[in-house]
Amino acid sequence: MPVVSMTVNGKAVSADVDPRTLLVHYLRENLRLTGTHVGCDTSQCGACVVMVNGASIKSCTALAVGLQGADVTTIEGLAKDGKLHPMQEAFRENHGLQCGFCTPGMIMSAVDIVNRNGSKIDEKTIREELEGNICRCTGYHNIVKAIAAGAEAMGG
Amino acid sequence: MTGTGIGAPVRRKEDFRFITGKGHYTDDINRPGQTHAVFVRSPHAHAAIRSIDASAALTSPGVLAVFTGDDLTADKVGGLICGWMIHSKDGTPMKAGGHPALAQGKVRYVGDHVAVVIAETHAQGREAAEKVKVDYEVLKPVVDMAEAIKPGAPVIHDVASDNTVYNWHLGDKAAADAAFAKAAHVTKLDIVNNRLVPNAMEPRAAVGDYDSGSDAFTLYTTSQNPHVARLVLSAFIGIAPEHKLRVIAPDVGGGFGSKIFIYAEETVCVWAAKKVGRPVKWTADRTEAFLADAHGRDHVTHAELAIDEKGKITGLRVHTKANLGAYLSTFASSVPTYLYAPLLSGQYDIPAIYAEVDGIYTTTAPVDAYRGAGRPEATFVVERLIEVAARETGVDPAQFRKKNFVRTFPHQTPVIMCYDAGDYDASLTKALEMADYKNVGKRKRESAKKGLLRGVGISAYIEACGIAPSAAVGSLGAGVGLWESAEVRVNPVGTVEILTGSHSHGQGHETTFAQLVSSRLGISIDNVSIVHGDTDKVQMGMGTYGSRSGAVGMSAISKALDKIETKAKKVAAYVLEASDKDIEFKDGKFSVKGTDKSIDFASVALQAYIAHKFSGQELEPGLKESAFWDPTNFTFPAGVHICELEIDPQTGVTRIDRWTAVDDFGEIINPMIVEGQVHGGIGQGIGQALHESAVYNESGQLVTASYMDYCMPRADDVPSYNVGMTQTRCPSNPLGIKGCGEAGAIAAPPAVINAITDALGHEDIAMPATPRAVWRAAQKSIGLKAAE
Repeated sequence: MPVVSMTVNGKAVSADVDPRTLLVHYLRENLRLTGTHVGCDTSQCGACVVMVNGASIKSCTALAVGLQGADVTTIEGLAKDGKLHPMQEAFRENHGLQCGFCTPGMIMSAVDIVNRNGSKIDEKTIREELEGNICRCTGYHNIVKAIAAGAEAMGG
Repeated sequence: MTGTGIGAPVRRKEDFRFITGKGHYTDDINRPGQTHAVFVRSPHAHAAIRSIDASAALTSPGVLAVFTGDDLTADKVGGLICGWMIHSKDGTPMKAGGHPALAQGKVRYVGDHVAVVIAETHAQGREAAEKVKVDYEVLKPVVDMAEAIKPGAPVIHDVASDNTVYNWHLGDKAAADAAFAKAAHVTKLDIVNNRLVPNAMEPRAAVGDYDSGSDAFTLYTTSQNPHVARLVLSAFIGIAPEHKLRVIAPDVGGGFGSKIFIYAEETVCVWAAKKVGRPVKWTADRTEAFLADAHGRDHVTHAELAIDEKGKITGLRVHTKANLGAYLSTFASSVPTYLYAPLLSGQYDIPAIYAEVDGIYTTTAPVDAYRGAGRPEATFVVERLIEVAARETGVDPAQFRKKNFVRTFPHQTPVIMCYDAGDYDASLTKALEMADYKNVGKRKRESAKKGLLRGVGISAYIEACGIAPSAAVGSLGAGVGLWESAEVRVNPVGTVEILTGSHSHGQGHETTFAQLVSSRLGISIDNVSIVHGDTDKVQMGMGTYGSRSGAVGMSAISKALDKIETKAKKVAAYVLEASDKDIEFKDGKFSVKGTDKSIDFASVALQAYIAHKFSGQELEPGLKESAFWDPTNFTFPAGVHICELEIDPQTGVTRIDRWTAVDDFGEIINPMIVEGQVHGGIGQGIGQALHESAVYNESGQLVTASYMDYCMPRADDVPSYNVGMTQTRCPSNPLGIKGCGEAGAIAAPPAVINAITDALGHEDIAMPATPRAVWRAAQKSIGLKAAE
């Protein structure tokens, strides 16, 4: 089996993996980083979103072996030095989650949305940008609010 | 309200683990030596199994075992059950066909469980599952209910030769017929309530474990009610006696009803763990979830409303065909009967109601409770009828409702329910104001200038929650009591653990239940932990569904807290050298009436355990109490939702412009969480009205079995919601709570469809009102206008 080496949440990791192993399974099963979830298998729901080299991807759609040398950040690596990322804080403060299953992917997507669109982002843009993330609990109202608040906090 | 007590919008205690990726869902659990289960599922809607040849699968790499229905039978593992007996109107019991966890000679829907492969890895299991050769004799599928009940239709279960589970009825037919005979106007409507897939974002999963040393099983599973799962797996399916079977439902990623039921996969995993002598894990992929999770709704209804010359409703007749799928799921029989027809009176004073419901087998996935469970179906019937009746009689739909509202309480409807408290006029009045209803006409004209059709739709819903008085539901056929249990354990340092039979899978119980304790005992919510979802920790419980955790689960906690207070007062009396009758408890302090002598809660807790100040013979040491709360009535949340939308007749695209919700949930523990529940319910209701539909083709294949084909509402499909509240206290529980979990999903569909039909100017549209359907309907509108 091929060896793949990458950086995950700032730590160098290396493992033999079956070539068909998806990044999400590598993270969940090899590294036991179970914050990244599988919700659909067809790249629709976004529960598996992580950052690779600073941009969000659906980790159910990437092969681990294709990410040799990549820098991966998962939800477990978002808080720094024990301090929550402003987007994590915003989700808690605005009740942007209920069952929590879509939440890691939502937060990772949200950070990417703000990185790409800036901190002054309007509701319409947030809603359109969330096309690839499905939540069944919140009706999106408080997620949209949380992302707007998180964006502002990230800008400040 | 500030602080952390009842009524405060406290930020959720459980959130930290979810936002940091430290949630603990079933698929996150891995047991040493774990194997993986992969199910061989039927590719046919209806077929006899001639033989199963697992020889190639058994020699496939990594395979430990392949099991079929014969193996379950050999181990005396019973079939899955339906826990609510319904009798037909002729008095005969419902015709329940067998429901084996793995097929016994026949499959009855695509996705039905034929065999299971246990392998070292999931990938090896999948490869081997493809090598299991099943020789099917393909039978004709029966997908459509109308076809299923035709003479000569293929028979799905031998016990039901006409594919009919029951012909049930409720109400007074003669009284209803008499009302129609005298009616000045009759409104008739044919209604389809579309079939949905619940789609909790976390797919179902199970890890079965067996310890041969103690001959005991553990099942980790995605359950809304782990104790009921244990009861059924033990008493009916026969996996193991209850003291040898532990069921753990850890963090659960949404349920919406679909995780109430005791399914084949979970049953097989826990049983197979002993067979292979190693833990067995299964996690549904999304297509498996579509195929084999219990679906929701799927009613076809003809309904008629009788109105007198003054515009008062005098009677309602309803005939519903309910698709129950291929097998009766755990509570399937109750959903279109006792959870449906008793709500047909809506918020209205209707003197005569008669409902008939035919439960029908088809070769489709089992249908059971999905958010609202019967009540959305009832509300859709009532609120569509009311709206159309108002239009037909030329009365403003808001005024028509006001004229017919129940205004005095208690109000006994002709269909079982006794509404205990409410103010329907207050909710409607407030909603109309928040929605700026009086200026709708102006906004319609502005939309028309842009070539758009604007419509407004009202939905005044009622639901029966807090299910339910045990003896009452027992008399209606329920196989279980529907109380809830709680245990309050006060630690010697004054921190508190609450053990509850309720289960949180998104509802925020770790926060709201702690708020109740904080309010009652005057301690910080940080000093309260909520323990749930483990049958080894919590003795017994009925779980979370039907918006019952506040009204029933918290009432049990409240009752146990009463006992804690009584006991603590006795301890305080010894410490303060006073009579316990003179002890007052307020803001976390016990004091002697009329003196400055007092002691705080934590000190009393310590005294209760060190037991130095009293005789252990006079008063038992310790501070721990438990309670079971059995409700005396259902609770009746009610409210009004108003949807206002624009349709582009050129494209058929519907855009919801504004959403107003005014709900009466009685007392509210945490308004932030309650509003979140309302938002989520509306989102699902909009999904039903505009986007979602589970579609089987003629051969019984589910053609909407992934998110590529089944349209889940996305963030840009729904608006922001304007949520308000009115409040009448629920008189039947100590906290005055009615429940809020399902309201949005119940209220929303008729609000959307009433708005669309208002915009279109005709009633000819069904759910889901997709752009294609709306475009067609809009062309009809244009044709009707041209003909005028």
